[in-house]
Amino acid sequence: MSFFTSANLDIAREIVSRYPAPRSALIPLLHLAQEQHGWVTGDAMRQIADLCGVTPAEVKGTGSFYEMFKFHPVGSYLINVCTNISCMLLGGEELLDHARQRLGVKTGGTTDDGMFTLEDVECIAACTEAPCLQVNYRYRLRVTNDDFDEMIDDIQAGRVDDLPRHGTLARVRQRIPADRLAGILPPDKAREAPVWLQRNNAAEDSVVG
Amino acid sequence: MATNGYVAHAPGYVDNEGPKIVSERFSHPDSFTLARFEATGGYEGLRAALAKRPADVHDEVRSATVLGRGGAGFPAGVKWGFLPPGRFPYYLVVNGDESEPGTYKDRLLMERDPHQLIEGCLIACYALGLSQCFLYVRGEMALAQERIATALNEAYDAGYVGRNILDTDFSVDVVLTWGAGAYIVGEETALIESLEGNRGMPRLKPPYFPAAIGLYGQPTIVNNVETLANLGWLMVNGAEQYKGYGSEASPGTRLFAVSGHVRRPGVYEVEHGVTTFRELIYGENFCQGIREGRELKMFIPGGGSAPWFFEEHLDLALEAGPVGAAGSMLGSGAVVVMDDTTDAVKATLRVVRFFARESCGKCTPCREGTTWEERILQRILDGEGRHSDIDMLLDIGDNISPGPYPVAANPQEGLDAVPFPPKQTTICPLGPSSVAPIVSTIRRFRHEYEAKITRRDSIPVRTEVLQ
Repeated sequence: MSFFTSANLDIAREIVSRYPAPRSALIPLLHLAQEQHGWVTGDAMRQIADLCGVTPAEVKGTGSFYEMFKFHPVGSYLINVCTNISCMLLGGEELLDHARQRLGVKTGGTTDDGMFTLEDVECIAACTEAPCLQVNYRYRLRVTNDDFDEMIDDIQAGRVDDLPRHGTLARVRQRIPADRLAGILPPDKAREAPVWLQRNNAAEDSVVG
Repeated sequence: MATNGYVAHAPGYVDNEGPKIVSERFSHPDSFTLARFEATGGYEGLRAALAKRPADVHDEVRSATVLGRGGAGFPAGVKWGFLPPGRFPYYLVVNGDESEPGTYKDRLLMERDPHQLIEGCLIACYALGLSQCFLYVRGEMALAQERIATALNEAYDAGYVGRNILDTDFSVDVVLTWGAGAYIVGEETALIESLEGNRGMPRLKPPYFPAAIGLYGQPTIVNNVETLANLGWLMVNGAEQYKGYGSEASPGTRLFAVSGHVRRPGVYEVEHGVTTFRELIYGENFCQGIREGRELKMFIPGGGSAPWFFEEHLDLALEAGPVGAAGSMLGSGAVVVMDDTTDAVKATLRVVRFFARESCGKCTPCREGTTWEERILQRILDGEGRHSDIDMLLDIGDNISPGPYPVAANPQEGLDAVPFPPKQTTICPLGPSSVAPIVSTIRRFRHEYEAKITRRDSIPVRTEVLQ
């Protein structure tokens, strides 16, 4: 039984083809699995192992290094509150504390209805707009306690449209038309010098763009 | 995609009306589209490069002294020169894994002007004969990934990327890929490990540069997003004009993110090596001073890894040399300003905790040391500190980074500055970086540590132990 839907399996094979070595697709495929299912299951890891030519243990070994991969169910909305230095200076820890109380969970916990998971996160690169947070990796900036409550109310009431379900990152995929592809080869099949480097042998001023 | 419409840019960038190289298009609401890029001189840099010999493009970058903008500040043209001749294929890896505390310039460059970055990648690939480019964006930056994916799709369709670019013999594929939440992947050999589908742990040195042995064991250039974003402008305007901005040692401009207790925090494009910290923090066109009624206590001049500076450093120029001699680094262009309400121990703990969490665990001094540092600082802050703790913190620091650690002078106590960089018992600088805030604050605010250890009356209540 395939974990990936047939549409996603096509996407997965295309992703593998973009790298000179299939194993390089491991992290992108874990993202794809998480996009499909919200978290990474054992079946997903077994299939990714097949696609990348590694063992399932190697998939788990790599995946477990990275904080964004979840190997257990998480809420539909993952809230990451930044408490790193710039946000801490302007109330990030207090905001996290408020978030815990409002949602009734500890850091890392998921609400009983499976709607929200709360995490504290390291610097998410919005330091001038502190304190900040991300919901499913979409920013909310200069967040007050009231803003936070309003955001939760809006999500619960279905009033947000910029937040895909947890697991989806970019909603645009790179696609490379077959006739535009320069060609991706494993390193041992690409030992020739790229053709345009021959221009270095040309006399100065004779190169035509 | 409808969801990728012309939404207003998230705030952050502030136009300070100075010279602009990389932020020229930032203020256009559609700055990320191919139409806007082409209407504002886009891909002219690529055309200019393709009209030259690849080696001449490399020479131009070398003579412009484009300094790497990722943190180490190594000249890109020199780094490019480390490629061993003839060992093809070569690869380009773009480091967009921006996650140094306080830093955000690459995110803006990727979100607001992805084509400028793609153009820079193409110029590097052309100059050096790189066979494929991997654009590695930080996992948490969903909008940046979306904008780059859209831009790459447009660029492929328009013939700027892929086979026979602009109908020449130059062909290269640019592949967007992204991380999954690990600060250490910003270290270039860890980034390569991650791209190979492994845990993102830095590789043992030597070789010091992946230009010798990099991705799949092949020669690989790893460049920061901002470094590459400069190349299009450079190709159009030339090295001489590039060097017209900034100082002799640090030409051009640079994006600085200033956050913390200032009136107008923001990301500013400033002249490299000329502008001073005072102008940046107090200038009318920049941050306009410390927030209402407060005094400056200290500031981080170059991201979470940099030793801290104080009032007397404000007149230093934003340039690697003087900042290094004064005991810190310019790093990734992140200035974090702290006013007199800031608890030095708490601020130190927060930065140290970051390194403890992000240590990859490969080297024992870092894996164990950063955790010890965090626990000791936490207990001092919780009112459980011991009298030996200050010395123990310094001793742990000495195990991760032996010898005098880079630190600012303390004129009141007649202590000289220790110049940058630190030594390390670890493979990468993550562990040694955790020592920066500790040494900085103990030297300057030892009394605050001692007060917390000996006088346990105002104990902050921790609501939860953070994992």
